[in-house]
Amino acid sequence: MKRFDLIIVGAGPSGLSAAIEAAKRGLNVVVFDENEKPGGQLFKQIHKFFGSKEHKAKIRGFVIGEQLLKEAAEAGVTVRLNATVVGMYMDKEIVVREGEQISHYKADSIIIATGAAENMVTFPGWTLPGVIGAGAAQTMMNLHGVKPGKKILMLGSGNVGLVVSFQLMQCGCEVVALVDAAPRVGGYGVHAAKVARTGVPFYLSHTIVKAEGEDCVTGVTIAEVDEKFQFIPGTEKHFDVDTICLAVGLSPMSQLLKMAGCEMEDNPKRGGQVPICNEYGETSLPGVFVAGDVSGIEEASSAMIEGRIAGIAAAYYLGYIEKEELEEKFRENTAALEGLRQGMFAPKNRGRLVEKTDEGIDVSMNLLKKGYIADEEIERFPGVTHKVGIHPVMECSQNIPCNPCQDACPKHCIKIGANITALPAVDESVDCIGCGMCVASCSGQAIFLVNETYEPGFATVTLPYEFLPLPEKGEKGAGIGRSGEKVCEAEVVDVKTSKAFDKTNLLTIKVPADMAMKARFFRRESAC
Amino acid sequence: MSTIHDRTKDLGPYVPQPDDDMLICRCEEVTKGEIRKAVHDGMFTIAEIRRYLRTGMGLCQGQTCAKLVKRIVAQELHCSPDELEPAGSRAPMRPIEMRVFANEAKEGAEHE
Repeated sequence: MKRFDLIIVGAGPSGLSAAIEAAKRGLNVVVFDENEKPGGQLFKQIHKFFGSKEHKAKIRGFVIGEQLLKEAAEAGVTVRLNATVVGMYMDKEIVVREGEQISHYKADSIIIATGAAENMVTFPGWTLPGVIGAGAAQTMMNLHGVKPGKKILMLGSGNVGLVVSFQLMQCGCEVVALVDAAPRVGGYGVHAAKVARTGVPFYLSHTIVKAEGEDCVTGVTIAEVDEKFQFIPGTEKHFDVDTICLAVGLSPMSQLLKMAGCEMEDNPKRGGQVPICNEYGETSLPGVFVAGDVSGIEEASSAMIEGRIAGIAAAYYLGYIEKEELEEKFRENTAALEGLRQGMFAPKNRGRLVEKTDEGIDVSMNLLKKGYIADEEIERFPGVTHKVGIHPVMECSQNIPCNPCQDACPKHCIKIGANITALPAVDESVDCIGCGMCVASCSGQAIFLVNETYEPGFATVTLPYEFLPLPEKGEKGAGIGRSGEKVCEAEVVDVKTSKAFDKTNLLTIKVPADMAMKARFFRRESAC
Repeated sequence: MSTIHDRTKDLGPYVPQPDDDMLICRCEEVTKGEIRKAVHDGMFTIAEIRRYLRTGMGLCQGQTCAKLVKRIVAQELHCSPDELEPAGSRAPMRPIEMRVFANEAKEGAEHE
C-alpha cells in the first residue's frame, strides 16, 4: 500500500492551499479530486473577488485558481484527477477509484476539503428539465460555454443567486425576476444593485408556486408569502421562462468524515452535518483535518485561509515544523480570516437585520427590499459627494470586508482606513484625475466617476461595464437609473479599456445635468 | 447525538396532501406521500426510511434529497429536522460499478 505524509481530498481552493503550505514544509503530499480538472468552484468564478490584497481581492476567481495550481506545481504537490475517494477508514486509510480499478492509500495525516453540494427546494414541477442549480448554470456557461436558457427566473438572493444572475445576463440570457422567500436580499447590496440596474425586478417575500410545462419548463408561477412562509392567495404572478435557476444554499459534503468516525454535529448555522473541529481544523481524530466549506459554508476566500492553516497544522502534527512557526503562521492567517468575518455579513450577523452601518448611517431599506438604493437614500453615504469637476461617487453602503478601491487611486483620494469593513469616503482635498482605476477596481461595481459640470446643462457619468458587445463612442442610448428604469437619453462620449482594468470596461455617458446622480447604467437603443 | 424515539408516539391519522405525488428522491423515484406513509408505518429514523423506501440510495447517494427527506420526516413526527439522527455514511461514498469495486489494484502496479 502506497503511503504519503499527507493525503488531501479535494483540489478546490482550500485543498490546494493546504497542499501548498504542507509541501513547502517538506511533506510528501498528494491531492485526490474526482473531477477532471482541479480548482473546485474557482474556475467557474469569473467575477472579481472581495477582500483586501492579502485575500487576493479584485482578482477574478479563475485567475486565483490558476495561481494556486502554479504554486502547487512549484511546491511539488501531486494532484491526481478523476480520482474519486470512495471511502475513508481507520488509521487514515483511504480507498480511491481511478479508472477501472480501486487502490488503497495510507497517510500519516489527512485533510478533507471536499466542499459542499447545492441544496434543492421542491415545488410542483421541480423535476422538469429546465430546473437547474445555480452551480449547474455556472458550469454550463463558464466552463463549457453553453447558454443555460433564454429566459430565466432565479430563486435565491444570496451572493450566489446575485452573482450568477449577473453572469447569466453577461452570457446573453434574460433574467426575468429574482425571487426570494426571505423578506430581505441575502447577499451583498453591491451585487444586488448591479443586477437591479440592468433591469431585473426583485421579488422578496415571494417563492415559486409551481413550474409549468409538460416535457420541460415553459413557465413559472410565483406568489407572495407571509411571515410563516405561507402563500398569500391572489398574489400569484406568472412568467414565461425556459429555465428556473435555484440558488438556495449549500450543504457540506462531510460523509467521508462521518464514515471515518469523526465526531459530527448538525449545525444549521454551518449548513448541515459538520465535523467538530478545533481552531486548526483538526477533527476529533488526531491528524485528520478539515478546511473549507466541508466544515461550514462560507466562501472561497476564507476557504483558502482555512486550507493554509490546516496545511501548516498538518506539518506541525508530523513534526516538520516547530511550535513557534505553527503559532506565528496561525496568528497571521487567523487575523486574515477574522478580517473576512467582519461587517454586516459576518457569521454572527446571519439572519439578523442590521439597521445601521458601523458609521451610524441608516442602511438603505430599499436596497434590502428591491435590490437598489433609492435616489433619496443615496446622499447619506460617505462615498457620495459633490464637487466641481470629475470626482468619484462610491455607492458602497454596507460594511463588507473589502478595500481595493483605497489602493487603486494613484492620488489617494479614497479612504477606508485600517478597518477593512468601513465605508469608503472621499478625501475632498485631493483632486481626482479621472483615471478610472477605482471604478475598475471595485469588485462590487459600485464606483462611478461623475462630472456634474461637463458642459452647460450636461454631466458625464463613467460606469463599469462588463457586457459585450461594447458600445462605441458616439452611440446614443438610454441612461438607466438604479432601479433599472430608463431615466434619460444618454450618449457614449468615451469607452476605456485597459489591461489594468482587467476586462472591466469604463463607459462614459453624457446625460442631462440633473441626471448626474441618477443615471447609473447604459442601455443600447437597439436592445430597448 | 442519538435520540431515543418514542415508538408509542401518536402521529394522528395519515391525511393525504395535495402534493403527495411530488417526487422527492429522483434517483429512486420516491414521492412525498410514500415518505409520509412510511413514517406512519413506523419508520421513525432516516436509516429506516432508507431501507424501507431506498430514498437516498440511488445514483446521487442522497446528495439532493437528504435534507428534503429529513424535513418531511420531521414534519410528520412533529419535531425539528435537527432532532433526527442523520443517516449513516459508508463506502462506497460515490456510486461505483461492482466490477470496479472488486477490481483492486495490485501492489506495485499503481500508476504514479
